[in-house]
Amino acid sequence: MSVPEELYYTAEHEWVAISETTARIGITDYAQRALGDVVYVTAPAPGTRVTAGDPCGEVESTKSVSDIYCPADGEVTEVNPEIDEDPGLVNSDPYGAGWLFKVRLDSGDQLPPGLLSPAEYTALTADQQ
Amino acid sequence: MTDQQNPPPRRTPLAGVHEALGATMTGFAGWLMPLRYGSETAEHVAVRTAAGLFDLSHMGELMVTGEGAAGALDYALTGQASAIKPGRARYTMICAPDGGVLDDLIVYRLAETEYLVVANASNAATVAAELTERASGRGATVTDRTDDFALIAIQGPRAAGILAGLTDISLDDVRYYASYPARVAGRQVLLARTGYTGEDGFELFTAPDDAAPLWAALTEAGSGPGLVPAGLAARDSLRLEAGMPLYGNELSREITPFDAGLGRVVKLDKPGDFVGKAALAARSSAKPERVLVGLTGQTRRVPRHGYPVLWEGEPCGAVTSGAPSPTLGKPIAMAYLTAAAAAGAQAAGATAEGLAVDIRGRAEPARMVPLPFYKRPADT
Repeated sequence: MSVPEELYYTAEHEWVAISETTARIGITDYAQRALGDVVYVTAPAPGTRVTAGDPCGEVESTKSVSDIYCPADGEVTEVNPEIDEDPGLVNSDPYGAGWLFKVRLDSGDQLPPGLLSPAEYTALTADQQ
Repeated sequence: MTDQQNPPPRRTPLAGVHEALGATMTGFAGWLMPLRYGSETAEHVAVRTAAGLFDLSHMGELMVTGEGAAGALDYALTGQASAIKPGRARYTMICAPDGGVLDDLIVYRLAETEYLVVANASNAATVAAELTERASGRGATVTDRTDDFALIAIQGPRAAGILAGLTDISLDDVRYYASYPARVAGRQVLLARTGYTGEDGFELFTAPDDAAPLWAALTEAGSGPGLVPAGLAARDSLRLEAGMPLYGNELSREITPFDAGLGRVVKLDKPGDFVGKAALAARSSAKPERVLVGLTGQTRRVPRHGYPVLWEGEPCGAVTSGAPSPTLGKPIAMAYLTAAAAAGAQAAGATAEGLAVDIRGRAEPARMVPLPFYKRPADT
């Protein structure tokens, strides 16, 4: 299972890539493996206000559906345009082409609170296996 | 939670093979089973277009033997076991006295006085106990042989071609729902032309120690034709496309075979009494209160087990099974609807508005369609 060092994580299996005041968000390799083949993603539309810890979308797979929890407060600026056409990108490249949406952070260039480090996330998933 | 309440799952003779293949394993009816090996959608498509290999060793195998075996099963089951010719099999059910389904079964008549009853893993103990009780005093012995059998299925349009090169019998002579003792890759098996995928295919009952060598031989023979190992996730989506019921979803103690549209398995005019006969006779002539129907979703959100179905905005039933269908490219579901709602949707026509599934608080439009969703192309 891959847990890239340069990302932050949530206990609900999202990853967050922070670049200046914007966060790019997706679901982790662990999550996509647990879900199975992803067939449909509902991400919050650009302009939506999102609140950390609240469900803001869903990932539908062959066997189940899971909420996406927003990792930080802010406003959605962009949704991955490829995902609607090819939701399998979430499985094949969860940290790259399978990203889901971007959020302009209310915390500005400060790290939003409550995120997990790669080591903390690795420990969390080890406990769940 | 103590170990007694939650014993470790049982391992099939092929569990190590699945683990070596990197399968995602899951607990299912007390067994550790492969859920998927890679992409379950790819496994599903392989079974529809080439072939898939399944470990079904969790299924319950009950042997019913003795001079009274046929009569005992006629009494115990809804079907007429005595009318099955040796070497043939039937799909049937075992019901409670009130007509509720205890399990759906395949009954193989192996010889005049010898039957193999294959039960769902989750119900095997119940079926064994009920059969034993119902056979008592009727000259038949019921033996739970689940641990003596591994069960491997090879399913798909190329299954016969792959198997033909490994066996001494002519598969052309093995009709659908027939079984033969045979040697496959040098191992003794009971070879049956049965399955749960909607495709042509075979199920091989074999000794536990022969399971891994058989699996390896089938894998090797199938490597050219595109055979892949397939897990429970693909098995479930394949059977749903084929409109086949799953116990615990479409079938339960609260459902009669007539509710499920499977009244044909109830042989009310077979000689003698059978368990559930009076209740089922009453059900056969009564108007059904609920009807099992097929639905297709008109959006990409997937109806799942338990979601309410709405007719003209009002709850009228519930989804029993739902999944994105790889073959149809849209969500499919089976659901029990009130007879009135089903008739209304039917009368309104295939493109009628008014039918919807409540998917986590939002009514997503659905269409009622005939079952099965998928029928394999006729043999050429």
